[in-house]
Amino acid sequence: MTDTFTQDASFNDGETSEASRQYSYGLMDEAAKKEIRRACLRAVAIPGYQVPFASREMPIARGFGTGGLQITLSIIGPGDTLKVIDQGSDDSVNAVSLRSLIEKVCPGANTTEDSDEATIVQTRHRIPETILGEHQVLVFQVPYPDILGGVEMNEERRVQLHGETDYAKLYVALYEDVVRNGRITSGAGYPVEVNRHYAMTPSPIPRWDVPRLSMSHNLNLFGAGREKKIFAVPPYTEVTPIQFSDQRFSVESFLDRNGERIACARCGSTGSFLDEIYLSDGATTFMCSDTEYCRKNAEIVSPVPSGAVEFRSPIPL
Amino acid sequence: MGYVAVKGGGKAIAEAELQLEILRTRGARKGETPLSPDQIQHQLHFLHSQVLSEGGLYDEELAALALKQSLGDALEAAFYLRAFKATRPRIGVTPVLDTSKMRLIRRISSAFKEIPGGQILGPTPDYTHRLLNFERMEETPEAFRAILERWLDGITPDPSLDCLPKVVDFLRMQGLVEEASEPNEAPYDVTRQPITFPMPRSGALTLLARGNRGSLLALAYSNMRGYGSVHPTVAELRVGYLPVEMPHPVTGQMMEVGETLITECELLTSSTANKSSGLPTFGLGYGVCFGHNEVKAISMAILERSIRVGRRDGTIPSEDPEFVLSHIDGLESMGFCIHYKMPHYVTFQSSLTQMRDRQDDYRAKNPGVKANEVG
Repeated sequence: MTDTFTQDASFNDGETSEASRQYSYGLMDEAAKKEIRRACLRAVAIPGYQVPFASREMPIARGFGTGGLQITLSIIGPGDTLKVIDQGSDDSVNAVSLRSLIEKVCPGANTTEDSDEATIVQTRHRIPETILGEHQVLVFQVPYPDILGGVEMNEERRVQLHGETDYAKLYVALYEDVVRNGRITSGAGYPVEVNRHYAMTPSPIPRWDVPRLSMSHNLNLFGAGREKKIFAVPPYTEVTPIQFSDQRFSVESFLDRNGERIACARCGSTGSFLDEIYLSDGATTFMCSDTEYCRKNAEIVSPVPSGAVEFRSPIPL
Repeated sequence: MGYVAVKGGGKAIAEAELQLEILRTRGARKGETPLSPDQIQHQLHFLHSQVLSEGGLYDEELAALALKQSLGDALEAAFYLRAFKATRPRIGVTPVLDTSKMRLIRRISSAFKEIPGGQILGPTPDYTHRLLNFERMEETPEAFRAILERWLDGITPDPSLDCLPKVVDFLRMQGLVEEASEPNEAPYDVTRQPITFPMPRSGALTLLARGNRGSLLALAYSNMRGYGSVHPTVAELRVGYLPVEMPHPVTGQMMEVGETLITECELLTSSTANKSSGLPTFGLGYGVCFGHNEVKAISMAILERSIRVGRRDGTIPSEDPEFVLSHIDGLESMGFCIHYKMPHYVTFQSSLTQMRDRQDDYRAKNPGVKANEVG
């Protein structure tokens, strides 16, 4: 990386030819960041509603978190502390790449691996095991923002279905899943209902994380860069997995052959989402997917809240 | 172990970036010299044009730099330009530019043998035999220079080429083609306004003009082959430099601020009916893009027509505006494609536990099936 970043170019739109080749604070121009903050406010006001926004091209490829990145760059400022995780890990190559980019274009913002210290956590595919507080914002990177994408390809029609809370096609798809496979086979990205209205994808977080989205203390912002949508689950908002009275939502069980909950091989936790790791001899072991939680937990082994929560069915059956 | 579980992601990225630089400089020991942006712009003219067009930013120097930095990957190079452009504020909008004012280097019509101003073949490989010229393997700077000098010797500039009438205008005067829609809407800027459907025509044109050449070609080709009904004839294809005008910041008077190399294609298509009188006329398809990109301009013209008047019900992909406009952007399709290289451990773990649970369900119902016989 040889680009030079100059902070003072930010408000110098008078454009000498030199200034026109420098970057501004947070990379995007001020109007772009303002637009994204407005989209976020609108998303907060209508939980689960997908707000269209003019997604900008970022220096990372579409699909690598450009939606989350644009939200983070729009809300971050000097004094903020940022944590970036990918698959639960702070040290995943893409998390490292995003963090270094944000550090470069947002002078004065700190970075951390500690979930408690962060004011903004940008994540892909996980919610940190540590419960976040009211002062924290969790920014999700979202590949497909519309849960109806699987049942209705046309966006114009999907917008109408959402507006009319017409989720018949979604329920039928889930029902067909039960008929074919005996259960709802959705793995990550389990469909949810937000604030008893919009059907929403929680982004491809495992089912383990879904209950922890409901009535969270923190603000959850979801950014889909390629698909150009922002949506939100504000603090203390009800998020319900869509299920049938005889086909209940359940989180990943992580049970061994004897029906015992598998513990993390490193910290011993039995209350966290686990990665299955293949050892060189072909055997498998399990470790916490949230590496920072695991590291802390290995130091002080403490009990953690379980993922099991009781849910109401969206349709009486 | 994979690239999440291990520490040191930062080091790995730095090393990968270095490896890419090594790939670029690997001929240095044999005396290879770095490519200059000028060399890229001139000697890789069409590649450079593709980047200008898909990058959606007319900056010849930066497009060349982007190609140098991306080791000639046109998708990546366009990506550099777009990422740069996204950081710039929008300082103004030009008025609608008149393409009949283009300074032409090439202009043909396949609808008529003779056209006012004449057919100008200009620089094109269309009628060149694609036989490898082995002499070019060892081209000397002298021979390189001699080609240009011979041509320049005794050439007289022809100012009549600066401004030639449009073929479509002659047909329009006779009432044979659909009337041009008036540019009565403010241009829909897809880089500053959300992309939602239905998309106004100006927004659709922008998306097509920035679209990936290969993606446009594939969809247009499906239409040409019969999955569609455009049936085009090239009324005019022109390549040249279009003067760009902007109001003077003080006097407000229009002034030329520069020129951009563009390719423009106007197609005559299957018939349509005049909106007011019902009189049958030819339809039009319009394509335009930065740089010298004839395949793209023709493909765009076909798609512009097909999504404007096509079936729209999704039965023919190239005639469904949402399908076409959502899948032609090089940056977006390429980005999402390469994102599959990123770790998906968590999502796959979630599928894995589901699959095991489903296998348990299956075994419970089919007691004869043992663990190692499944999957």
